[in-house]
Amino acid sequence: MSLFRNIVFTAVVAGLLSGLLLTAMQSFSTIPLIMEAETFEGAGDPVAAGEGISATEPAALEAEEEAWMPADGAERLIYTAGANMLAGIGFGLVLLSIAEALGGIRGWRRGLLLGIAGFVTVSLAPGLGLPPELPGMPAAELGPRQVWWMATVISTGLALGLLVYSQSAGLAALAVVLLIAPHLVGAPLPVSHETAVPHELHARFVNAVYATNLVFWAVLGASAALLRERFRSGEDVVAEHSDRVAVR
Amino acid sequence: MTTKLASNIAVTSTSRTLSLSMSALLGLFVVGFVGFSHMDVVHNAAHDSRHSLAFPCH
Repeated sequence: MSLFRNIVFTAVVAGLLSGLLLTAMQSFSTIPLIMEAETFEGAGDPVAAGEGISATEPAALEAEEEAWMPADGAERLIYTAGANMLAGIGFGLVLLSIAEALGGIRGWRRGLLLGIAGFVTVSLAPGLGLPPELPGMPAAELGPRQVWWMATVISTGLALGLLVYSQSAGLAALAVVLLIAPHLVGAPLPVSHETAVPHELHARFVNAVYATNLVFWAVLGASAALLRERFRSGEDVVAEHSDRVAVR
Repeated sequence: MTTKLASNIAVTSTSRTLSLSMSALLGLFVVGFVGFSHMDVVHNAAHDSRHSLAFPCH
């Protein structure tokens, strides 16, 4: 159980660190753009703009209003920071578990590479089909998009793993197929791309998302690797023991 | 001795696999909660984070 405990501890510290850093970067890059986009939200949508409001819909509208949301300003930023740190911990747990199963991450350099692989898998690959969205932008049904996102992440992650850890040409070919397949299938697209959100605002947002996420993943990977070296208590005893038994 | 040796190694590797599966599952659960939960309250709290991490949102 010491392995589980140590991985959780490492992921928590690395996730808190990288999540905090991500929040700091977002506070002057993506978040102001989200706020700006929210001023356009609903402008291009006849239902939200008021035309669709009829006697049959007040219940739905009320329900939407009732759901709690953090107040703008410090409270909203604190919840964003919390969500970022949780995401960092979650991604860190998965990254460390996979790395450990494949032989461990020793040294920050290997951690950095794994983090960048995480960026390619979780940000870049799904972003090719579903670019980062601003509020108020048209999109297909949420469910199918989430399914496509997850399928793309799994398939890209498997592909990168196969490319790095297998020697066979057949498996490398399979990896290439896995890399491309989600994009041949195609992400679920909205019926119309019309939006009140300016293209220029969206372009700046996409750049900001990729830049901040790259730094986030790089720091998550490198710090997870550095911390993993430190938190190994209890594991080496077991390892040494089994080594000794094996030698005998 | 040989049997004990083999069983020892088997136990170590089983508990390793179990630990790693558990930590990976915990991670997936946390990411799923932050990025994919359909609950309005979770969505609203994680809103800016979801958009900035490019999770499918709304």
